[in-house]
Amino acid sequence: MKSLDELAKIRDSRRAALKIREGVPSATEKAHIMMCGGAGCISSKCTDIVEAMKECLAKNGIADQVQIILTGCMGPCDMGPVAIVYPDATFYRRLKVKDAEAIVEEHILKGNPVQRLLYRTPGAKEPTRCVHDIDLFKKQKKIVLRNNFYIDPTSIEDYIARDGYAALAKALTQMEPGEIIEEVKKSGLRGRGGAGFSTGMKWGFTAAAKGSPKYVVCNGDEGDPGAFMDRSVLEGDPHSIIEGMAICGRAIGSEQGYVYVRAEYPLAIERLSNAIDDARRYGLLGKNIFETGFNFDIEIRIGAGAFVCGEETALLTSIEGKRGEPRPRPPFPANAGVWGKPTVLNNVETWANIPEIILKGAEWFSTIGTEKSKGTKVFALAGRINNTGIVEVPMGTTLREIVFEIGGGIPRKKLFKAVQTGGPSGGCIPADYLDTPVDYDSLGALGAIMGSGGMIVMDEDTCMVDIAKFFIDFCVDESCGKCSPCRIGTKRMLEILERITTGNGKEGDIELLQELATTIKSTALCGLGQTAPNPVLSTIRYFRHEYEEHIKEHYCRSGVCEFKE
Amino acid sequence: MITLTIDNQKIAVEEGTTILEAAEKLGIKIPTLCYLKDINVIGACRICVVEVQGAKAYVPACVAPVAEGMVVRTNTPAVIKARKLILELILSDHPMECLTCVRNQNCELQKLAEAFGLTEIRFEGEKTSYPIDNSSPAIVRDPRKCVLCRRCVAVCTEIQTVNAIQAQERGFNSLIAPAFNEQLANVECVQCGQCSLVCPTAAIHEVDDTGRVWEALADPKKHVIVQTAPATRVQVGETIGAEPGSIVTGQMVAGLRRLGFDKVFDTDFTADLTILEEGNELLQRIQTGGTLPMITSCSPGWIKFAEHFYPDLLPHLSTCKSPQQMFGALAKTYYAEKAGIDPADIFSVSIMPCTAKKYECTRPEMKSSGYQDVDVVLTSRELGRMFKQAGLDMANLPEEEYDAPLGISTGAGEIFGASGGVMEAALRTVYEVVTGKELPNINFTECRGLTGVKEATVQVGDLPVKIAITNGLGNARKVLDKIRAGEADYHFIEIMCCPGGCIGGGGSPIPTDTEIRLKRIDATYTEDERMALRKSHENPAVNELYQEFLEKPLGHKSHELLHTHYTKRNRYQEEEC
Ligand SMILES: Cc1cc2nc3c(=O)[nH]c(=O)nc-3n(C[C@H](O)[C@H](O)[C@H](O)COP(=O)(O)O)c2cc1C
Ligand code: SF4
Ligand code: SF4
Ligand code: SF4
Ligand code: FES
Repeated sequence: MKSLDELAKIRDSRRAALKIREGVPSATEKAHIMMCGGAGCISSKCTDIVEAMKECLAKNGIADQVQIILTGCMGPCDMGPVAIVYPDATFYRRLKVKDAEAIVEEHILKGNPVQRLLYRTPGAKEPTRCVHDIDLFKKQKKIVLRNNFYIDPTSIEDYIARDGYAALAKALTQMEPGEIIEEVKKSGLRGRGGAGFSTGMKWGFTAAAKGSPKYVVCNGDEGDPGAFMDRSVLEGDPHSIIEGMAICGRAIGSEQGYVYVRAEYPLAIERLSNAIDDARRYGLLGKNIFETGFNFDIEIRIGAGAFVCGEETALLTSIEGKRGEPRPRPPFPANAGVWGKPTVLNNVETWANIPEIILKGAEWFSTIGTEKSKGTKVFALAGRINNTGIVEVPMGTTLREIVFEIGGGIPRKKLFKAVQTGGPSGGCIPADYLDTPVDYDSLGALGAIMGSGGMIVMDEDTCMVDIAKFFIDFCVDESCGKCSPCRIGTKRMLEILERITTGNGKEGDIELLQELATTIKSTALCGLGQTAPNPVLSTIRYFRHEYEEHIKEHYCRSGVCEFKE
Repeated sequence: MITLTIDNQKIAVEEGTTILEAAEKLGIKIPTLCYLKDINVIGACRICVVEVQGAKAYVPACVAPVAEGMVVRTNTPAVIKARKLILELILSDHPMECLTCVRNQNCELQKLAEAFGLTEIRFEGEKTSYPIDNSSPAIVRDPRKCVLCRRCVAVCTEIQTVNAIQAQERGFNSLIAPAFNEQLANVECVQCGQCSLVCPTAAIHEVDDTGRVWEALADPKKHVIVQTAPATRVQVGETIGAEPGSIVTGQMVAGLRRLGFDKVFDTDFTADLTILEEGNELLQRIQTGGTLPMITSCSPGWIKFAEHFYPDLLPHLSTCKSPQQMFGALAKTYYAEKAGIDPADIFSVSIMPCTAKKYECTRPEMKSSGYQDVDVVLTSRELGRMFKQAGLDMANLPEEEYDAPLGISTGAGEIFGASGGVMEAALRTVYEVVTGKELPNINFTECRGLTGVKEATVQVGDLPVKIAITNGLGNARKVLDKIRAGEADYHFIEIMCCPGGCIGGGGSPIPTDTEIRLKRIDATYTEDERMALRKSHENPAVNELYQEFLEKPLGHKSHELLHTHYTKRNRYQEEEC
């Protein structure tokens, strides 16, 4: 493909073919079944259901009138396997192989949705059929996951049909590099990988940095246990990453990108790798893209899997083929990244926002979210919550809305106790602060962090001392061992927590933990050590009484800790 | 220039200067542990943190560059408290065997604890408990005492380019070890001991062989002789607190006698002998079209490096043994015969600035006398320790002379201790032997100094002799790669394993840094100038040795006793199953 016209042609013809997914019945096709191919649904054997459906379609002689597509993660993982059937956008959940026949024969052939497979809002009498009417989805706003309900992640044409690569076309043909950076700055987009740094500023620094070549890197290491936001994007919409990176390449003057993906994500690697091949084939990567003289290509680097490899300097070191270990900053990657060259490094989710911002404009993007946190954020809901899975909400949505409305509240009528944001090194926020809007600054003020989007809900059966121990244990395991505060300090914190939770805590242990925590935070080399004490500090801040009960009374109100006298 | 304020004092420094360096200019000493100037600047230990106005966290002074208008406080109560806690954490994972440790009173960790006024360790918990690795004849690794500063890794990787040890495992379980936690003896470690020189604690140290020497000295049946390497006389003083660069030749000899050595000899003697053998070997190679360039072979760390990494270049190595091993072979043959002592009763000790010599003396080839030629090698550090244990106040000993005949030497033998010295000594002799004329100027200053690779062309009669001199194995690589690529037209190359040559060897007193190396080098040339004879071929004892025993350089006996061969070694020795 060489010209904008060609892109438009592909888009239009493909869009026409996919009208059915926008709810327009087709003359030639009866249905498109979008089967969720996210990790959860795959592990509950959604592919077997697809096979069963195919058989059944063939049996009924309509195999050529129905498309079955394995999409990226749709989000509501605890209900998996889930599927959406177009044109009427019927949402099915908890599917089994035996349900294939009912869907094909009742719904597709006769037009009667299978009632027992529909979603029922807790407390509601009637099920809700259409995906767009379900509360769980209505409260969400999808920018990053804009395509996961609609496209076949293995089809570049599907992506193009949804305006894919139009932003790249615009950036290459209608914008100066400086304008692209300005636009990203104006959008207010902040990095979704944890630190929340202004993406536009980062690009600006790198564009201005001396040295060449320059590099564009996508951080797809996603080491937070239980998190799979980035995976969902990589598997569900890989072209959005490629497009975002190419736009950045244009903006900063780089011709080479790297995507660092953890080895544990083989499907993400496969999808991305195929997407890169397709993009090359379509001339959307490679030399002289859209005949503008702009060259850009992307390579995949597979990560060894250590959590700390997600830290930016460790990741860059790892790309260079060395032991993935953080190094001091400055110099920042903007000045000295891969092989010492100026490098932009952004998170998967950050990249996925870029095409939308360029296409629809900074103004549009900045209407979403709060004053200082623009756009949406993808979260992975986990723990004691009814609807576990992936959600995308506008910044500023309150914790209460996420936990109780989108997440469906706490199972078995238990009492909410706290929500942990920011992954293993985030902070625990108690019930009193449920009305806090989720944005970088409000969470920070509570001693928590946005992090990359982990959100773990705890109920009354969770012991907060035990949970602090659990998280610090993770950090002890994942510490790279380079700097002494983190290497030894987190270990000592764990040991103190171990003695508190076994009834051997001492007077002064809380203060010792606080002293350790504040010193580690302020002296550790990288973000891992600098944030590892957060769960301990925040649980002491909000649940100090539980610590005291453990130490003084050998009492665990949640009945989790066992005290050996 | 960048202007900043440190502890209320304004200072302007060049861009790229670190806070640590800027503070030093103001006379403010920020404590450090992992930092090693120019070599290890990784910000790992966090002992050097300071407060920078406006920064969210403390800033490590050793790695943080200054910035315009920066306001730094190095000694607020808060920052001192933070440093103290970090040190307390490091000590909470330390065996605390100070009183019985080889680095007692010469340990940077101990010094910090004292300086910080640390009186209590509040953390009781797991301690690192990896076993001690004493597989190597020269180097002991004790991971329990390791503070993971990685200076050793930096030296081994960046300076020596051997890469024998790296960080292994992660987090609290981290340790510095050969890949796959292999033992040091089984990997390509060249035993240079440079790691032990920079280790702030006793986590890497020399194998202590003083016990074996004490035992031999106490044995009435043993005739215990000792040789002292050229560099030792400008080093050993430091072990009793003398200024770096102090020359203690006479006191050291006196001290050795008082320890009970029956004869005190000098490696300088065989250094002179080396020049005659090696000089003739060079001439022979030039005249007969032998393999050139010829490379010196006095440095056992370099030899092992060549065997592991450049086995294809082994034919370039001179076949001469090192002066230590020439001495060993002669002591149990020539000297035994001359003194009428059964070589079986001779216990031959050498004092070396070097750990690799400990390894060298155990090589199977080093038995040409029919016995192990050198029985024990002690480093300068160990000799200092023996003096201390014997209550010898070396500073106040009278100066004494070496014993004859193996203690007679020239300035040419003496300068073997400094990088370029072997080359200079060889040139002094080769020139006069070839031209038959006296050298107009005996000082080949182009050979001297710390520059990594020195090159020169020296006119010897009709022949312009092209030479190169390297110190530190990283620099050796540069020249070796040139040879490999066929781009080297040198005749003769001197390669010393350790930075600065032997005066900076892995067995030197601690600390040894660039400044101290330079002082020892100065002392070496001062000592050379003080000598009556300064050319190896003028050494009367060497000439006597040829007349009485060896007959002629490269003769039959020489080949038997003074020359050796080399072995190609694998990068990783295969594990025995
Ligand atoms: C221990 C640690 C782990 C991290 N892991 C990730 C990760 O898996 N993915 C990611 O995008 N960022 C991760 N980060 C943050 C990165 O260092 C970096 O800030 C981020 O990738 C920058 O991209 P952004 O500006 O788009 O957020 C991690 C940071 C730390 C300290
Ligand atoms: S803070 Fe932890 S993970 Fe980061 S460099 Fe230090 S030891 Fe490694
Ligand atoms: S002795 Fe030399 S080669 Fe061996 S580990 Fe130490 S520095 Fe490396
Ligand atoms: S062995 Fe010594 S030099 Fe090496 S990391 Fe440990 S303490 Fe540092
Ligand atoms: S001396 Fe600066 S971090 Fe170790």
